[in-house]
Amino acid sequence: MFKILEKQKLVPKIELMQIEAPLVAKKAEPGQFVVIRVNENGERIPLTIADFDRNKGVITIVFQKVGKTTHLLATKNKGDVIADVLGPLGNPSEINHFGKVVCIGGGVGVAPIYPLARKLKKNGNEVTTIVGYRSKDYVFWEERIRNVSDRVFVATNDGSYGEKGFVTDILKRLMDRGERIDRVFAIGPAIMMKVVCDVTREKAIKTMVSLNSLMVCGMGMCGACRVIVGGETKFTCADGPDFDGHLVDFNILMERLNTYKEEEKISFEKWKEEVGYYEDK
Amino acid sequence: MKINKKQTPMKEQPPEVRKHNFNEVPLGYSKEEAILEASRCLQCPTHPCIDGCPVHINIPGFIKAIRENNMQLAIDIIHQSNSLPAVTGRVCPQEDQCQAVCVMGKIGDPVAIGRLERYVADWDLDNRRKGEFKLPKKEKPNGKRVAIVGSGPSGLACAGDLIKKGYDVTIFEGFHKTGGVLVYGIPEFRLPKSIVHEEINLLEKLGIKIVTDVLIGRTMTIPELLNNGFDAVFIGAGAGLPRFMHIPGENLAGIYSANEFLTRVNLMKAYKFPEYDTPIKKAKRVAVIGGGNVAMDSARTALRLGAEHVYLIYRRSRKEMPAREEEIYHAEEEGIEFNLLTNPVRYIGDERGFVKSAECIKMQLGEKDASGRRRPIPIEGSEFTIDVDQVIVAIGTTPNPIIPRTTAGLKTGRHGTIWADENGATSVKGVFAGGDIVTGAATVITAMGAGRKAADSIDKYLRGKL
Repeated sequence: MFKILEKQKLVPKIELMQIEAPLVAKKAEPGQFVVIRVNENGERIPLTIADFDRNKGVITIVFQKVGKTTHLLATKNKGDVIADVLGPLGNPSEINHFGKVVCIGGGVGVAPIYPLARKLKKNGNEVTTIVGYRSKDYVFWEERIRNVSDRVFVATNDGSYGEKGFVTDILKRLMDRGERIDRVFAIGPAIMMKVVCDVTREKAIKTMVSLNSLMVCGMGMCGACRVIVGGETKFTCADGPDFDGHLVDFNILMERLNTYKEEEKISFEKWKEEVGYYEDK
Repeated sequence: MKINKKQTPMKEQPPEVRKHNFNEVPLGYSKEEAILEASRCLQCPTHPCIDGCPVHINIPGFIKAIRENNMQLAIDIIHQSNSLPAVTGRVCPQEDQCQAVCVMGKIGDPVAIGRLERYVADWDLDNRRKGEFKLPKKEKPNGKRVAIVGSGPSGLACAGDLIKKGYDVTIFEGFHKTGGVLVYGIPEFRLPKSIVHEEINLLEKLGIKIVTDVLIGRTMTIPELLNNGFDAVFIGAGAGLPRFMHIPGENLAGIYSANEFLTRVNLMKAYKFPEYDTPIKKAKRVAVIGGGNVAMDSARTALRLGAEHVYLIYRRSRKEMPAREEEIYHAEEEGIEFNLLTNPVRYIGDERGFVKSAECIKMQLGEKDASGRRRPIPIEGSEFTIDVDQVIVAIGTTPNPIIPRTTAGLKTGRHGTIWADENGATSVKGVFAGGDIVTGAATVITAMGAGRKAADSIDKYLRGKL
């Protein structure tokens, strides 16, 4: 059992939780994730570690309410417990002194960009961070991101905050200006990471993406998280989650992510009826 | 005395009934049936069965006790060598081990040793449920601490022996439940999970500590265990990642590894979705690729989830199938459709990226290969397609690299298995290993045998005798 020490609604549909998990906090590095199971009947879902405090033995997760499990998790409050938290899983992001680095986060993917940018900066990189949200109401962690970046650009789809457009519009502009970029990291929806890779491929800028494939075990035995990278079958939990984005087959990733759409709907509808839940719009 | 050449049959759920439920298929002996079968044992002086058993159970000894209706003595004898008899009585390939060498087998059916083991173990479980049981004997605590990595058959067997020898034993398990392949892999209808948990409960009563949600190699490493008060470590981390054929279309939605398919259904209880949250696709036409026990388990599970057709696609003939005869027979009885001497060459998907058919090719057998089995060769021009909406690939595993990567100096074999000598000692001092992570995928009982051997070596090592 793992205790929730803090819970906070960041923006509509996105929640933050601090969980007591000393062994995970002690080892966690940027890029790694946990697999959690809310209760005895629960499914195992992977969530990226958004922050960690080794001294206090606490990890922070930031998650978006999408289906039953994430909504159920969001009903838990400070003082409640979660059945299982396993981690840190996956390989830490490879962080060196690259030079000029661009970090790109989209939506809930902005959260794991924070520890990544922090470590990149600590390693002497010049960090430009581009974050994208749906609209002004969905902007979170901007201050935190500014604290660990040399430069920050914010985009919203509707232009209600920062620039109107997508993170890739800003990336493209930097590239068109002839700015030197030694490495790009992108974390967000699969389609965002795919478009980022399409943009950087033209100039062969190495781009690392953090894949959010389906997952069950998280520890290298079930093979649910398989992805195609460079024409080979790889496993997100054992070989990733970071991969060279130019080699990733995003179409297969996205198709496989849709495998359980119908079942997810059944599960969510049943739960909403049981608890009398109405979605906040 | 008149010798009965035939084994006492064991009642089973009829195929037409059982293919619609997840309850256990064989129903076990009654006391009378057990005593009758026990009386077929010749109590021969050579007792080849003991050497046929990977954990060397005193088989004639416990069978004699059954015949004399002394079930407590029978279970005590078994427990001296085997801490999980209710499990092995169900899943051991006895026909290749103890029963293969039984002297009775020369004149008729061998004694049904596995069924008798199961009877005694179930008798013991019944007593435990009533609160009437006595714990196996245990030596005085010696103050030495041993960490066991993984709670599957090898880890449990190693832990069971060490706790009885007076060691302070902690098992680290990555999953939220203990049992390893016994809970995620082997289906409920072959090994009820409640039985696994009752057997593990007994080990906990003996004093074994179990820590779940800790993945050694990620949450903690082997060197950290040794630096944090553990005097020795046993690695029983299991077979590892599933293998795929790397043919076109293999990553379409609806194509599973057997490990994923079985983990969803067994460990996560997806067959009870949406009461349990983990989903599984319920398919109408399923292809299972492979000919081992895992393939049979997958095929029979798919059938129970409601498939109308389950095709078992295997590239060799029935004779070369590595699965237990009993599993093949049960699968056939339940209506699994065998496509032998057949191999898939690619999968074709629909517009949403879901598998809709498998293109296969017919095979013929050529010369013997390194495994001693005749090599399958494709017959050109024999391609044909089968319409399927689900594929389960059950063609084996490759070792998980996480532990070797995080343990300096740990030697691995050619295929990534952990190297260990005949005593189970690895190349790192104080670190022992056994089971599938050393041998590659094998059986529950060989893993248990390796766990017991390693326990013996750890005992010698910690007493300065190795």
